[in-house]
Amino acid sequence: MEILLYALDSAGLLLSRTLEHIALVGVAVGIATLTGVPIGIAITKNERLAQGVLYLASIIVTIPSIALFGIMIPVLSLIGHGIGYVPAVIAVLLYSQLPIIRNTYTAINNVNPALREAARGIGMSPNQRLRLVEIPLAIPVIMAGVRTAVVLNIGVMAIAAYIGAGGLGTFISRGISQSDPRQLIVGAIAVSVLAIIVDYSLLYVQKRLTPKGMSRQAAAT
Amino acid sequence: MIRLDSLTKVFDTPKGAVVAADHIDMEVPEGEICVLLGPSGCGKTTTLKMINRIVKPTSGKVFINGDDTTGLDTQTLRRNIGYVIQQIGLFPNMTIEENITIVPKLLGWDKAKYKARAREMMAMIALEPDAFLKRFPSELSGGQQQRIGVARALAADPPVMLMDEPFGAIDPINRAVIQDEFLKMQQALNKTIMFVSHDIDEAIKMGDRVAVFREGKLVQYSTPDDLLAAPKNAFVESFLGEDRALKRLNLVKVREIVTDEIGTVTPSDTLETALAKIDNYGYQNAILMVNDRKQPAGIVSRSVARTTKGYCRDHFQTVPAVVGLDDDLRKAASLMFAHDQTWLPCVNDEGTVCGQITQRAMTSHLGARYRARQGDDRTPSPAIKE
Repeated sequence: MEILLYALDSAGLLLSRTLEHIALVGVAVGIATLTGVPIGIAITKNERLAQGVLYLASIIVTIPSIALFGIMIPVLSLIGHGIGYVPAVIAVLLYSQLPIIRNTYTAINNVNPALREAARGIGMSPNQRLRLVEIPLAIPVIMAGVRTAVVLNIGVMAIAAYIGAGGLGTFISRGISQSDPRQLIVGAIAVSVLAIIVDYSLLYVQKRLTPKGMSRQAAAT
Repeated sequence: MIRLDSLTKVFDTPKGAVVAADHIDMEVPEGEICVLLGPSGCGKTTTLKMINRIVKPTSGKVFINGDDTTGLDTQTLRRNIGYVIQQIGLFPNMTIEENITIVPKLLGWDKAKYKARAREMMAMIALEPDAFLKRFPSELSGGQQQRIGVARALAADPPVMLMDEPFGAIDPINRAVIQDEFLKMQQALNKTIMFVSHDIDEAIKMGDRVAVFREGKLVQYSTPDDLLAAPKNAFVESFLGEDRALKRLNLVKVREIVTDEIGTVTPSDTLETALAKIDNYGYQNAILMVNDRKQPAGIVSRSVARTTKGYCRDHFQTVPAVVGLDDDLRKAASLMFAHDQTWLPCVNDEGTVCGQITQRAMTSHLGARYRARQGDDRTPSPAIKE
């Protein structure tokens, strides 16, 4: 009850923190998609490069977020952004690479060889094959990767409050430092609810982006 | 016209070089279907795919309508060759219309032209344009999908088509229907077609010529009838099967071996006349009775004619079966076996009797080629010597 009252009292703050949180994750995963998808497509051309890139991306994900923030403070201090927005976005950008690159790579590689051969056989150039056939067919799996990245990093971004990036993590960090369970719980619940809502919204976007003729197969992914 | 000049493909595998196609020389005349036939791994598919460079030739040249394709840009080459594959390969993200019009679009046709072309193609493959054009491949049956696959290959009206076991994944009943439809289309289109198959019956049905491959080499290249009548070696012979003479029945029309001499009686003839005619013509057991329009009306058997007195009209049996001039021998043979007959009357399109076909004539026609071949051999085979 106490918690509910607190949440209602600070509704305005909760909303602005939520928007802040969404903006942080959105910008980071947005940039990650713009880099990850082309990387994922590029490495389908070279098996060894693909293994190397995926290995590197996996290693990055194993670095605990708090450690990653710590590592970035001295480095980014050189350009005056040791804490705050920039390191938070960079961390999320890095964590997002693995699911996005891996899903793109897998999706493009798994395009039915018969379709690939048909596309070659009727005279499509490599770019046309990518644009007209491979990418449209890969979209459901690529989008699934983006969704994973978003959900994963809504959690990571909560920790970024410790380096002053703002977002819903602020409630949690204050709750801990002020021994105030109300703030702690409101922050934690808000992060979870946000993750669930965003995941479902993106699932809707994924279905909209999936080419019509494939909607049956898309249901499986 | 497609001409292959010493076309060769060597694959480098960990176990060493494998020659998948070894100096293939052949020519498919314009407007003909050439079936590449052979067991798996014989090089037929490799040979086909070298024509549109899905497989890059190691050496040798491909000529299309007399022009060397070596210098041609790969995409241009492929856009001018229709390509149909066994897995069909319709793009699931595109509608039927988008699938059919993809090559015209790649070739830069304008919208009105390729849209009209899509409807034209649907009419050709006998699918209703309004019902199908806006649908997606996943909503169609396998047979319908492969018809669309053929339509896609034909959309830009290429002079040459390559078909890689196009009907292999379709159930036997639909396959026969699609084969027939395709042959009918081909009569109008007159494309030069290379067609890979591992099915001897399909090869005989579809091919104007058949090329038999074995271990990367072209073993025999001839018309289906020549192939069945005179297989070049033991491999071809065993591949064609021991019933290859029977397969030839499909290729010969009744018209080719019918004898127009046939003795008949009329209903008003006496049985005595009938018996005399049976003896005169040397028939063993019966004679055909025709009505006044020369249509088959019945048969009068020798035993009845010999033992009974009276008129044919009172002592005939029904005609067991007749064949038309354009039926193939397979049907004729089947009718003979089914009705325990050694001969059948033949009728023309108007239904009037124009001759007869006998088992003897059939076996002698099929055997003629075989005997000729034996005669060519300088040393007769031991089996014949005995």
